[in-house]
Amino acid sequence: MDDIAPEYDAIVLGTGLTECILSGVLSVKGQKVLHIDKNDHYGGEAASVNIEALFKKYGNYTKGEEPWKKYGRVNDWNIDLVPKLLMSSGELTNILVSTDVTRYLEFRQVAGSYVQQGSGPKATVAKVPSDAGEALRSSLMGIFEKRRMKSFIEWVGTFNVDDSTSHKGLNINTTTMKDVYDKFGLEIGTRDFIGHAMALYTTDSYITEQGKAPETIERIKLYGNSVARYGKSPYIYPLYGLGELPQGFARLSAIYGGTYMLNTSIDEVQYDGAKAVGISATMHDRGGDSEPMKFTTKAKKILGDPSYFPGKVQVVGHVLKAICILNHPLAGTDNSDSAQLIIPQSQVGRKNDIYIAVVSSAHNVCPKGYYIAIVSTISETSANHHLELAPGFERLGRIEEKFMGPPIPLYEPLESGANDNIFISKSYDATSHFETTTDDVKEIYHRAEGHELVVEGLREGTNLVGGE
Amino acid sequence: MATKGPVGARGPAGSSRGGNSRFAQFKLVLLGESAVGKSSLVLRFVKDQFDDYRESTIGAAFLTQTISLDDQTTVKFEIWDTAGQERYKSLAPMYYRNANCAVVVYDITQASSLDKAKQWIKELQRQANENIIIALAGNKLDLVTDQPDKRAITTADAEAYARESGLLFFETSAKTSENVRELFTAIAKKLPLDQAGPRNPRSGGRGGVELRPENTSTQGAGNTCAC
Ligand SMILES: Cc1cc2nc3c(=O)[nH]c(=O)nc-3n(C[C@H](O)[C@H](O)[C@H](O)COP(=O)(O)OP(=O)(O)OC[C@H]3O[C@@H](n4cnc5c(N)ncnc54)[C@H](O)[C@@H]3O)c2cc1C
Ligand SMILES: Nc1nc2c(ncn2[C@@H]2O[C@H](COP(=O)(O)OP(=O)(O)OP(=O)(O)O)[C@@H](O)[C@H]2O)c(=O)[nH]1
Ligand SMILES: [Mg+2]
Repeated sequence: MDDIAPEYDAIVLGTGLTECILSGVLSVKGQKVLHIDKNDHYGGEAASVNIEALFKKYGNYTKGEEPWKKYGRVNDWNIDLVPKLLMSSGELTNILVSTDVTRYLEFRQVAGSYVQQGSGPKATVAKVPSDAGEALRSSLMGIFEKRRMKSFIEWVGTFNVDDSTSHKGLNINTTTMKDVYDKFGLEIGTRDFIGHAMALYTTDSYITEQGKAPETIERIKLYGNSVARYGKSPYIYPLYGLGELPQGFARLSAIYGGTYMLNTSIDEVQYDGAKAVGISATMHDRGGDSEPMKFTTKAKKILGDPSYFPGKVQVVGHVLKAICILNHPLAGTDNSDSAQLIIPQSQVGRKNDIYIAVVSSAHNVCPKGYYIAIVSTISETSANHHLELAPGFERLGRIEEKFMGPPIPLYEPLESGANDNIFISKSYDATSHFETTTDDVKEIYHRAEGHELVVEGLREGTNLVGGE
Repeated sequence: MATKGPVGARGPAGSSRGGNSRFAQFKLVLLGESAVGKSSLVLRFVKDQFDDYRESTIGAAFLTQTISLDDQTTVKFEIWDTAGQERYKSLAPMYYRNANCAVVVYDITQASSLDKAKQWIKELQRQANENIIIALAGNKLDLVTDQPDKRAITTADAEAYARESGLLFFETSAKTSENVRELFTAIAKKLPLDQAGPRNPRSGGRGGVELRPENTSTQGAGNTCAC
């Protein structure tokens, strides 16, 4: 067995997407990276698992039974633990392109983005319009409202935060989105789907917050650009599930010299005063046929996910999530093989939206005929979690199998890392896409490296032995 | 249903028939103990070069090479090297995902390297594509031509194991290039040219997208979502 180096530029703990992007980027930039996971698989909280592993994770079956057997080959299933989709013009896409990790992965469109109007038996599901034709047919707006929406969207297209002549006479830095909506005379229902299905806010607090307009407009632009890129919906999704993403970045890190060790527990983080300077760890053999290997090594910095630093993180909220196996598409989505459906909070008397993300065999995540729907929201009560997700379950119709655990805590680091040299990521939040994940990547990079991460041209000027 | 062809979609590669000619693309992965000559075999096959002082692979190549089986048939290999992730048993499943073929290499002068090769073959048969074509390559044949006593694994033993396990088998030398082309050609001949591409529903099929830099895109939502 090769020796572990006595010192690394960075030790990265956990192979979730955030950590894998960071180790990929650091390796490309010439740093010597040791990347460790306590689990025997890549992905951490952002892994995709097979159906047997899912049953075992949630334990919702009687001992001795093997309920996964009726679902075909277990390895035909790649079920995401975190429900997210990629915005096709989002920052994760940019990072995938600039690092060439796109070589290892294949993507497909998500067929449609939908929004619910009303609740209970009167609820309807409508497609969020992606082009003029769809907008004209959309049941979301009346004929006059469509015109107002058109002029709003045109204005968003010409909006430039630095050019006050494009601000319609509004003081854009202090105005609220309410003022903007009022200016265009948009109805409440339209504001609802603009804010929640296009700007993808999970609550309504953006409407009255002063100075929130530029950010909202940027989000609407991102939505529009993402839809325009491939059509139909703003989302794309990797074949074989989201768990492929961290693996792709891990390979990037490895081809630039990163060292990978799964199944390795951290016994101790070593400090010099307040600063972390190294680790001692034990690599366990998966088959169990060789002795565990203990080692100690130094590092200029340590990065990792919250699970490695329970004492250095705080809980900032809880996500509720239910993974459901269906054998039919989602009603109201034109039999789409994949979809996102947003149930805005206002429609069902909540503070936070409910999201449903559906993928299927079209994305090689399950055998033909099955659909995986994940219903999620931010928890608002301390009990009745099942009830909080009920409006989502109503949309699913018959459910073959439901996996729902206790509320999932969301962690954030207590400190920046400036004092202890430990740079901790945030948990994957309740948003439906990866924009907050890439924000976190950039923030951690900035904290750890002292300068901004420039995504464009990341691999330019780097040399590879084999000429990848 | 997403049927609209994306901008810049790769054509339905994988396998195509135009006129009388056939073109098929396959993913090939390399496995084997460190220093048996995996990268050297690829370097010989792709660039017809050899390097006596090759460093252990980091910066692993993702190389492609085509071979013509006959006037009408061209096979393109998309060759993946492990990038060292196997060193601590941390190879990602993505590596073998959809691999159509694998070359598992051992060093005929190192007995333990065949044991390691056997482990990889087991792992492939368990984890990879059911129809994966596996070739076993006993490399560094040149070392035993002058000094037969250096040989640690007899041809007969390895051949018997390969036959039992349904593998293609060659003894090769990346240094002299002996049997290197033959190895890859034999794999190409065994591949199901009429189906398959390296990854099953190739991008460019229904709803597949190819991600490219967005350089030309200056559109804002205004002229794209023409609601
Ligand atoms: C990764 C993680 C971070 C947490 N951070 C906070 C926090 O910042 N604030 C808060 O109030 N609560 C946090 N919790 C919850 C808290 O640790 C306990 O779950 C809770 O306080 C109940 O304590 P316990 O003594 O019953 O559980 P414990 O026995 O302390 O452990 C709870 C679980 O955490 C796992 N765990 C413990 N230490 C580690 C470690 N170093 N690496 C990986 N897994 C570990 C254990 O295996 C077990 O599954 C965290 C939990 C985890 C798993
Ligand atoms: N004599 C001889 N030496 C070879 C042959 N093939 C490879 N070597 C030498 O063996 C050493 C290792 O070769 P590599 O191709 O780097 O081996 P590898 O399997 O890719 O090793 P890792 O990347 O560490 O897994 C190098 O010094 C090569 O020059 C061969 O056919 N004959
Ligand atoms: Mg090599």
